[in-house]
Amino acid sequence: MHAQIIPIDGVVRDAPPASPAPAAPAGPAVAHEPAPAAPKRQPNRERNRRVALTLLLPMLTFLGVLALWSGLRATVAPELPTPTETWDHARTVLADPFYENGPNDMGIGWQLLYSLARVAAGFGLAALVGIPLGFLMGRSANMQRAFEPLIQILRPVSPLAWLPIGLLVFKAVDPSAIFVIFITCIWPMILNTAAGVKAIPQDYLNVAAVLKLGRVEMMRRILFPATLPYVVTGMRLSLGVAWMVIVAAEMLTGGIGIGFWVWDEWNNLYVPSIILAIVLIGGVGIALDLIMGAIQSRLDYTKR
Amino acid sequence: MKAYLDLEAIGIVFPTARGPFRALQDINLKVNQGEFISLIGHSGCGKSTVLNIVAGLLDATEGLCLLKDKEVKGPGPDRAVVFQNHSLLPWLTVYQNVRLGVDKVMADKPKTERHDWVLHNLKLVHMEHAAEKRPGEISGGMKQRVGIARALAMQPDVLLMDEPFGALDALTRAHLQDSVMEIQAELGNTVLMITHDVDEAVLLSDRIVMMTNGPAATIGEILAVDLPRPRDRLQLAHEPRYHALRSQVLEFLYNRQMRPKEAA
Repeated sequence: MHAQIIPIDGVVRDAPPASPAPAAPAGPAVAHEPAPAAPKRQPNRERNRRVALTLLLPMLTFLGVLALWSGLRATVAPELPTPTETWDHARTVLADPFYENGPNDMGIGWQLLYSLARVAAGFGLAALVGIPLGFLMGRSANMQRAFEPLIQILRPVSPLAWLPIGLLVFKAVDPSAIFVIFITCIWPMILNTAAGVKAIPQDYLNVAAVLKLGRVEMMRRILFPATLPYVVTGMRLSLGVAWMVIVAAEMLTGGIGIGFWVWDEWNNLYVPSIILAIVLIGGVGIALDLIMGAIQSRLDYTKR
Repeated sequence: MKAYLDLEAIGIVFPTARGPFRALQDINLKVNQGEFISLIGHSGCGKSTVLNIVAGLLDATEGLCLLKDKEVKGPGPDRAVVFQNHSLLPWLTVYQNVRLGVDKVMADKPKTERHDWVLHNLKLVHMEHAAEKRPGEISGGMKQRVGIARALAMQPDVLLMDEPFGALDALTRAHLQDSVMEIQAELGNTVLMITHDVDEAVLLSDRIVMMTNGPAATIGEILAVDLPRPRDRLQLAHEPRYHALRSQVLEFLYNRQMRPKEAA
């Protein structure tokens, strides 16, 4: 008798409706109730309004900034270029971003790519060191005790303070800049990874224990996937800061790179370039963050 | 007769900031193969601690836990656990969650056999349709079904269930209880289940182990449930014997354990 009821019924009753299964968001279910045509159009219009405001309000803000800029130029800061001057300059610079007239005169695209390459190198090295160290600290109380004070002391220090040490040790500017980025990136990576390992629910560890997973399997099947969202968050944070720090570091080290380009243009007293650089650096920063955000939401099992 | 699972004078003392705390004392229980045992008691009485000791997740400070005449040392797949909150790994699909255990237990078997075994066990709990879903995409009842499938697929000597239906709504719980009864009738698993639900205990168990309140909790009474199988919850509702057993458990829990001082 059971056998006839349960297979059909048991499955049906378990199925999503009554339960808070994340796969079926609450939104549509609510929308069903005030069914008729009139209320259904309402949300649509509401949405259009929201989209319009989302586009319009930031444009107003940007216009406000342009107005402020023009106003400042007209009154207290006549050295500033006008927005039109800057725009014209931007068009010539961006028209040929990858020209090469010897090592001291390269397109803006090259400048950005050189900076990105330094960030990538420092970021990658920091991941290689920081993530394993974070795992060790998360797993072992003694590792935590051993490293925590050191990290807490060094973490608030501006990474640029390490630049002289880098120059001293490496006796070259490029490795020094990469070293600064490495220092920038490593703290958030260590701390987030360690936090992620410590946040693994005891349940998962019990599952691993009952299955008698070995060390490697435990790492591969439980610890690593469970911690991954935290690791990526740490990487995202550190990449954001690294992109800020590289500009300052390159101003000090020189060479090809967007930071030194800004400094060079300042020495030429060519301000439109600096304004253009600010906008470009911001754009690249957004792009980096979007990429990391996409990776993050792909890997975060709690959001699926 | 030799017991299949034998708890001998089990006791456990936890070190705490305010000195040692004795949670369990002198737990003696012999479980036969194929028996369905429920442990019931008020919350905090240490029933989960007993289960964790059998699972090997906790080490008893006194006594001995023997399974098939061998001392239990540490956790292992021969004592698979169905956890209260399902404990499925959210980054794996339903299939992969079950497969993880199967790969471990049937490491010597070919891949196709392991694959078929996973599907077979998902079918047993009526979850084969959701094999490729992730735990976040299925309901609480479905997750618990997968948790049961994962445990069953390890072909454990003893199936340990820690309030397996505690977090579910009443209807889902009833359906899962029926499924578990059905599966146990088919496979003859030896089951040790923690519960605080009197009806559940009477419906599912061969014997109900009633625990006294902590600290130093122990087994107060063991009640044999002599209702014939297969059991049907609707018919049992009209069965005087069912109500008699039910009130015996309630009597123990509410008259003798709620107010221990008056009872003594």
